[in-house]
Amino acid sequence: MSQPVIRTQALTKAYGSRLAVDKLDLTIEPGEVFGLLGPNGAGKTTTILMLLGLTEPTSGVADVAGFDPLRQPLEVKRRVGYMPDQVGFYDNLTGVENLRYTARLCGFTSKEADERIAKALARVRLTEAGQRAVAGYSRGMRQRLAIAEILMKGASIAILDEPTGGLDPQSTREFLELIRSLKKDGMTILLSSHMLELVQSVCDRVALFSQGKIGLMGRVEDLLRNVLGGSHIIRIEASGAGLEAALERVPGVTRVTRDGPVLRIEATGDIRGDIARAIVGAGGDLTMMDAGHASLDDVYARFFEGIPNAA
Amino acid sequence: MRREGSALAGAGTVMMKELGDNLSSTRMRLLELLVFLTGAGAVFATIGEVRDAVGEDPFVFLRIFTTAKGETLPSFAAFLGFLIPIVAIALGFDSVNSEFNGKTMSRILAQPIYRDALLFGKFMAGLTTLAVMLCALWIFVIGLAILMLGLPPGGEEVMRGLAFLIASIAYGGAWLALAMLFSVSFRSAATAALASLAVWLLFAFFWNMVVTVLTPVLAPVDPYNPMSVLHTVEVGQALSRLSPNTLFAETTLAFLNPGTRSLGLVLTSQMQGAISGPLPFSESVALVWPQVTGLLATVIGLFTVAYVMFQRQEVRA
Repeated sequence: MSQPVIRTQALTKAYGSRLAVDKLDLTIEPGEVFGLLGPNGAGKTTTILMLLGLTEPTSGVADVAGFDPLRQPLEVKRRVGYMPDQVGFYDNLTGVENLRYTARLCGFTSKEADERIAKALARVRLTEAGQRAVAGYSRGMRQRLAIAEILMKGASIAILDEPTGGLDPQSTREFLELIRSLKKDGMTILLSSHMLELVQSVCDRVALFSQGKIGLMGRVEDLLRNVLGGSHIIRIEASGAGLEAALERVPGVTRVTRDGPVLRIEATGDIRGDIARAIVGAGGDLTMMDAGHASLDDVYARFFEGIPNAA
Repeated sequence: MRREGSALAGAGTVMMKELGDNLSSTRMRLLELLVFLTGAGAVFATIGEVRDAVGEDPFVFLRIFTTAKGETLPSFAAFLGFLIPIVAIALGFDSVNSEFNGKTMSRILAQPIYRDALLFGKFMAGLTTLAVMLCALWIFVIGLAILMLGLPPGGEEVMRGLAFLIASIAYGGAWLALAMLFSVSFRSAATAALASLAVWLLFAFFWNMVVTVLTPVLAPVDPYNPMSVLHTVEVGQALSRLSPNTLFAETTLAFLNPGTRSLGLVLTSQMQGAISGPLPFSESVALVWPQVTGLLATVIGLFTVAYVMFQRQEVRA
């Protein structure tokens, strides 16, 4: 296995007595899409800022692309493209002019910069809009311009903080497609989000964050299996007394929870037939049944169940 | 802990970008108009009196800067004392907080530059804009005066004029540094502008009152000790020199009026045997050296405070 591109050891950031990030150990391999998940205020952005050398850790070390963000921030920032949560550009300048400023800060000559900018804008389909002032850009266009900036820089690592925040479903889909194409180019991507479904579809591995600590980390499928004990979720609506107890006796059922009128059953397989029989056998009336695969939302809900005021 | 790489890498790029923004902004057009009107107004208002003095005064040219038109119109130098702070505040009050408000700060700082470069580049851009503007005004006024008087300025007049120009840039730098300090400490641009203007009002209009009230408290006059009067005057002067406006006024006085021999209290005994006449340029420089140093120290001091605050600020908005 090759050298990890991002590694942190016991990385800690305290604001006064409050620990924003608490002894974080994280390893990200090259070419991976890694998702940092968690509620707002869980320490995701603070972690990202420490990786970029924009915030000083209270203790612990980080290593990004072989450099220490604290002592060699310029080397780190040359290799890492960052898209902040709520990315902003200079409204009075055009898209191209904005990128040209960044290119000059990165030390490219103007000829080199123009070539890179043209290529990057074509990739995110902003070639025409690039000539217009950013003031008239939609949210989605700004996000794409931020990706163009990362491409233009030639970064090997992209750190995206809440990349789909405030995007409509159509733009979100396009944006995810863009992330997949970056992955195909071999870019390592670290993204933070609280939109779990989205992350499930693009991430190789995820880490669930809560109060500055990683609660769970691993591949999405593994988490589903390990945390939920099965990857099937069946929702039913039924009337009758003592149904929960009857359902729990059905082989394959790992857990039954009530959510209003709906009973949520976690199972190791698709055992809808057994469940229907069990309800009828217990004298209940089955009015609705719906089966689906477990999603990260379920893992998340289960994981944060035990933690007060996390979400 | 040592950081690697130059702290000023990228400062030139930031400066050029900010300079471009400054020079193309609507704000700049307004300031240019203000400057043009000031220059033209000053020359036309004073030219009559200056013309009458031709032949009486070897430094007639400098009178363009210093002649006040009765009670109504202050002299050009005094006018600059008001105007320069306004221009400097207009250039600096939103320089740092606008990056936060536009959400561009974290994106720019994620590029391979240090924060130092951003702040330094912005300050240099503001100072350059100010210097370009003051130079233009200076040349405009001198040119207009040459046309209307029909005389070229003498060598020493040019020297004194240039020294005045440099002092006015330093004075502007102090106000620019103050405005930038507020732009670092207040996230709202309006608050930063108001705070800067409040400080300007304090020094431009109220400082004399403050000095008048404070001096007798700090150094009361003892009716039985004549030396205590001297002490009181000295304390008052020291207090008034805390204001950059006083420093600038004294500097212009010494540079533009070669007859100025002292900026403090002079006793008759000290004047005995003195030959009246203008001081050579080098003596005028020596006379205001403390004032000029004070102005420069103000610039550096304010910039340093802004710098430290900016370094400690969290990047996330």
